[in-house]
Amino acid sequence: MEFWKDPINTIFASMMESFTSGGMSDVLARVLIYLIGILLFVTFAMVLDIFLVWIERKVVARFQDRLGPNRIGPFGIFQPFADIVKLLIKEDITPVGADVVMFNLAPIFSMMSVLLLWAIMPFAPNMFGVDLNVGMLYLVAAGSIGTLSVIMAGWASNNKYALLGAFRTVAQMVSYEIPMVAALLVVTLLAGTMGAVGIVGAQEGVSFFWLSPLAFLIFLISAIAELGRSPFDLNEAESEIVAGFHTEYTGMKFGLFYAGELLHSFTFGGFIALLFFGGHRLFGLENLFPTPIWGALIFIGKAIFFYWVIMWIKYTVPRIRVDHMLAFNWKFLTPLAFILLMVTALVGRLFLESAWLVPALFISNILLAWLTVEYLKSHARKEREKEEASKQSATLAEQH
Amino acid sequence: MKILFLIFAAITLGSAFMVVTTKKMIHAAFWLITTLFGVAALYALLNAGFMAMVQIVVYVGAIAILFIFAIMLTRKEMLDSAAPLNKNWGIAALFSLLSFAGLYTLLRNWTGFSNEAPELAAGVDTITELGTALVTPDAYLLPFEVASVLLLAALIGAVYVANDAKNQQEAEK
Repeated sequence: MEFWKDPINTIFASMMESFTSGGMSDVLARVLIYLIGILLFVTFAMVLDIFLVWIERKVVARFQDRLGPNRIGPFGIFQPFADIVKLLIKEDITPVGADVVMFNLAPIFSMMSVLLLWAIMPFAPNMFGVDLNVGMLYLVAAGSIGTLSVIMAGWASNNKYALLGAFRTVAQMVSYEIPMVAALLVVTLLAGTMGAVGIVGAQEGVSFFWLSPLAFLIFLISAIAELGRSPFDLNEAESEIVAGFHTEYTGMKFGLFYAGELLHSFTFGGFIALLFFGGHRLFGLENLFPTPIWGALIFIGKAIFFYWVIMWIKYTVPRIRVDHMLAFNWKFLTPLAFILLMVTALVGRLFLESAWLVPALFISNILLAWLTVEYLKSHARKEREKEEASKQSATLAEQH
Repeated sequence: MKILFLIFAAITLGSAFMVVTTKKMIHAAFWLITTLFGVAALYALLNAGFMAMVQIVVYVGAIAILFIFAIMLTRKEMLDSAAPLNKNWGIAALFSLLSFAGLYTLLRNWTGFSNEAPELAAGVDTITELGTALVTPDAYLLPFEVASVLLLAALIGAVYVANDAKNQQEAEK
């Protein structure tokens, strides 16, 4: 029974006992067990990644009114294994004039930036890597390693399209980091902690989606931009710059970028679940079985759902233009995120420890959203009138 | 802990050395990033998790990327290499020697090296303490606000400079 209540710590204790009984020192045993744990965890993530390739291909196919892979195994579930074999036996090409060391390091960094995030992912109570008290900052820091990997890949390939893709990505990632951090700050304000476990714990009563739906939207948009998925897939815009920063990559090196992107989307799905939808909770269903493994399953289910939402957006919305992408961030998303942060801080302070806190926050968010829409409407009307006026004066000038 | 410290200190110093000796400018930028990661690791070893993360977010995520951007946009040849020394190396060496000597004399009289760091009390959240200290009037409120005003001034200055260039361009048209 002890195992089901707290599986990770039970395994840890029993391994510790068997390691130290052979005369191994305490510190060495601890380091070894942590290493084994990290290895198992990463292996789990990579195996899940194989499964994600299948999900991605199948869901895309459905969105595009196709069947998708359906030949190998039931529903084509063994298709990714064929993909992997294909990627592994492809010729490994390093372009002439490439910077070999950095060219090979870039895919590793790309994968690493995703796997680092798994360290703080709280699947369920007692089932997480570490509970960092600076968890949300860690999320942003790992994202900056991802940016680094893109710039390394784009520069080291010695290809102008790759470099253009890298430029676009960096401009996008650096700018969309700001609304994301502001949305994370709103969550931090509401939870009173930056640690992932603390944030899930603070959603015991009501999940943060109801306290701040706008923060959820801002986080979703900036997460999609951070992932570089459509409508923000300017970094690999196929019709413009071949494949962007990974143009020159072949075989498994390309595979690492691709797998990294899929796992990154899934990971962000998980972060959306834990930041705004209460992590492992699901309307009290999490108490059905008294084991954290059940909670972890619910969490993974939620993560897959939000992964699906990201895919849904990806295959519905067309690509945005570069200047629109930057203008949307700097002129709309960033100011909105900062205003939201101030409003949340103010309302949270006014209604501190009052029963009206939740409705007040929700209503203030809705009000802010409504005001934003009204402002955008009037702004668009002004722009339209200006354009019509200039058109009219142009036709008048022609007539004279 | 000591072994870890030595490893990270060696990484930091080694890559800092590479920054100034490597011939390709972009390699220097990437070595600088390695150095910054080493410093972040040292912060983490000192129980300053917040500092470590901010080091990576600000220095690696923003400043180093800005360096790389500047190098990429200003160089004609992407893979160009140049001699790491120019004719001012003598003066630079003199100034760095002088500052090293100044630091050495300062630190020689300091007795804090052998002090053990005080143990953290159990259950204290370092980040909460840091946050409270930053907004407490008797602690660091004033330096914090002064730094904010400085950053704001830099921001306004950047906007002003960019605006000026734009206006001039339009005037020329």
